[in-house]
Amino acid sequence: MSTTSTPLISVVGLCKRYGPRVVLDNVHFAVKRSETVALIGPSGSGKSTLLRSLNALNQWDAGEIRVGPYTLQADMAAQRNGAAVRQVRRLLGMVFQDFQLFPHFTALDNVAEGPRQVLNLSRDEARTRGRELLDRVGLAAHADNFPHQLSGGQKQRVAIARALAMQPHGLLCDEITSALDPELKYEVLDVLADLKRDGMTLLLVTHEIGFARKAADRVVMLADGGIIEEGPPEQVLDAPRSERTRQFLSRVLA
Amino acid sequence: MPSAKRSHRVGIARLSPCCRIVLAVAVWALAACQSAAANDGIAARDERLRQRLSQGVLRWGGDAEGGAPYQLRDPHDPSRVIGFEVELADALAEVLAQRLKIPLMAEFVQYQWESLELGLLISKDYDCIISGFEVTPARRENMLFTRPYYTYAEQLVVRADDHHINSLEDCLDKAVGTLAGSSAERLLSARGVREIVAFDGQIEPYLDLELGRLDAVLLDSIIALYYASINPKLKYVGGVTDPGSYAIALRPDDVDLAQALDEALGVLIRDGRLRAIFLRWHVWNDQQSALATGEDRSAQLAGLGFTSDGAPAADVADITPADAVDIHIIASSAQLWTIRQYAPLLLKAAGMTLLLTVCSMAAAVCLALPICLARLYGPAPLRWAALVYVEFFRGIPLLLLLFVLYFGFSGFDVQMSAIATAIVGFGLNYAAYEAEIYRSSILAIPVGQWEAGQALGMTHATTFRRIILPQALQTALGPMTNDFVALFKDTSLVSVIAVRELTKEYLILSRSSLKFLELGLLTAALYLCMSVPLGYLSRYLESRFKAGR
Ligand SMILES: Nc1ncnc2c1ncn2[C@@H]1O[C@H](COP(=O)(O)OP(=O)(O)OP(=O)(O)O)[C@@H](O)[C@H]1O
Ligand SMILES: [Mg+2]
Repeated sequence: MSTTSTPLISVVGLCKRYGPRVVLDNVHFAVKRSETVALIGPSGSGKSTLLRSLNALNQWDAGEIRVGPYTLQADMAAQRNGAAVRQVRRLLGMVFQDFQLFPHFTALDNVAEGPRQVLNLSRDEARTRGRELLDRVGLAAHADNFPHQLSGGQKQRVAIARALAMQPHGLLCDEITSALDPELKYEVLDVLADLKRDGMTLLLVTHEIGFARKAADRVVMLADGGIIEEGPPEQVLDAPRSERTRQFLSRVLA
Repeated sequence: MPSAKRSHRVGIARLSPCCRIVLAVAVWALAACQSAAANDGIAARDERLRQRLSQGVLRWGGDAEGGAPYQLRDPHDPSRVIGFEVELADALAEVLAQRLKIPLMAEFVQYQWESLELGLLISKDYDCIISGFEVTPARRENMLFTRPYYTYAEQLVVRADDHHINSLEDCLDKAVGTLAGSSAERLLSARGVREIVAFDGQIEPYLDLELGRLDAVLLDSIIALYYASINPKLKYVGGVTDPGSYAIALRPDDVDLAQALDEALGVLIRDGRLRAIFLRWHVWNDQQSALATGEDRSAQLAGLGFTSDGAPAADVADITPADAVDIHIIASSAQLWTIRQYAPLLLKAAGMTLLLTVCSMAAAVCLALPICLARLYGPAPLRWAALVYVEFFRGIPLLLLLFVLYFGFSGFDVQMSAIATAIVGFGLNYAAYEAEIYRSSILAIPVGQWEAGQALGMTHATTFRRIILPQALQTALGPMTNDFVALFKDTSLVSVIAVRELTKEYLILSRSSLKFLELGLLTAALYLCMSVPLGYLSRYLESRFKAGR
């Protein structure tokens, strides 16, 4: 693809504090189109904060975020739900660790709701798209089930389908397998591998080092407010240059 | 014409300056009316009255909860109201109809006895009060009274085995029962009786006396006649004391009608019809000679059953008309009434309860949403306004709210019916509670749901409408159903503004028949039929939604 070289996401000088605590300190960072980036780092290092900033789900103190043609400035409260924010959200879908499916909708309606409300598709169009996506994540048979009737892995696949229904260019996934039993993780990871094959841009916060090694084009290590180390997985994961990374990996893999 | 003179004595001193101006104008207008009446005479007045009564009904207010002999439910048919005042009102309407040559019927309007004055003056729910309404100086300041139609006196009653109490003076440190708001109550406090127990119904004091909770009861002698004289466990002590007058009360500007009723009473006194009513109801006695006043006093005395020097005419007191009512009428109600007679009455009243509850809840549920939204997401002034609304309506008693809504806004052009007032009152009050239920239900939705909606690109409003509100409503359904059940019971408060719902109907029927237990069980069953299914529905919905989480 010719667009592979232009970044879909670029983060420029992002700073974020919670009270006196500096979580992100002048972070620079970019994700190219169709790239799969694994974001790793110790707990509390600001991985979620960074990811949520990309969807304007939290504010930040300085720096800007560019997604496609749209730019979000630091801490412009008015922008939190402004048009640019909504455009950015359409380009970058978000999948949450705890699914956050809509409990009052069936799996199909969970997927169809975004297209109906935001893209103004008709009910039938939205449901057709919903069915296709449920089929793609292997849940065609569960279209009429409510979230409480689904297993964790199934729920997370519905959540991915829901994000895909907006036809985003990229997907932001924050530890989307960590609430799942080991044998259920693979059905979700398989879906991600599938998306990668189809050229979806993926930014994954993950503790699945094995999956990162296999699927990621690049691994980014976040700690102490900044990016400590980044590069291809075989470099960052197998031959880390930083002592901090080595420490972290030994703990995760132990 | 005493009533015409009284109209000048409207209590100006007590009123606010604004009212005084209005009253001054009104008094001037009245004076103008009267002089006009003097000028073009009786014919013009009768013409105005024909206009005034063109609907063909003379509406009179009373309280059938009051009981014998004033107004009570017919022992042969509990849907009818009978009583010596019912017969008086019918006779007055007949005289007026003849005189004005128009069709005219007396129509009884059921009202809470303590609120009769408000219903006459403020909400104008009827034209006059005929309800054992004593003429007192304070009342004369606000209302126009006709000549008296009955002379009452107070009778002290004690237990038959009591030998210590022989007069009111022996009761100063005893517990004495009476009727709330009656002249007997005023008399007891004027005499300095320490423990006055005032009841809403006239049967209760005698029941409590019999049970030993009271030492004596002071009430109008004709009440004692129906409730105490027939009870062998009770006895009269001393003679009757402190006589006074019952008269018909009207609005101060209703001079024409007051004069006409005054004259009609004169007719009934002279032609013996009033005496016949008294005799039929056993309330004729020699104090009624005081009703005869004015120029043709001797004719009036004759009509009432007295000689011209005021002595009872020969054996008039011994005449018991063939159609006289049974003095045990209350007891016979208990025997005669069948469930098939009173069940439909209670059922109809239950229908009113249901209507009030459903409409009020619907109003509350709709009103609560904007209040809750203002409180959660509105700009600061709106947020404060919503908070004030919630605190205000949660903090004031419903009874107060209903009373103020019904009587407090009479000066404005909007005059709501009692039922509309009840629905508005309950709606306003319950909206405060429902708004808080919505609020806590909305706040209980995890913030992740907001984020999930927004991450899809939905606006705040869309996320709220499609994602948050439907879930919040599911959570709210349980507590809201509880409020619905509570509202069923709260609707019994509306009897203060004269809506006849289930509890009021129960009180009226049971006081007319003493079937407190039997009617009470039936009434309770009706309430349960309405509320228990709702409670189950609430629990069912709650468990369903809990399973859904
Ligand atoms: N709303 C908040 N208020 C205050 N502090 C917060 C808030 N959200 C996050 N933090 C703090 O910011 C820091 C970064 O949090 P973040 O959730 O981004 O870390 P993380 O890298 O995702 O950690 P984990 O691996 O445990 O998910 C943490 O120290 C956290 O305590
Ligand atoms: Mg995190």
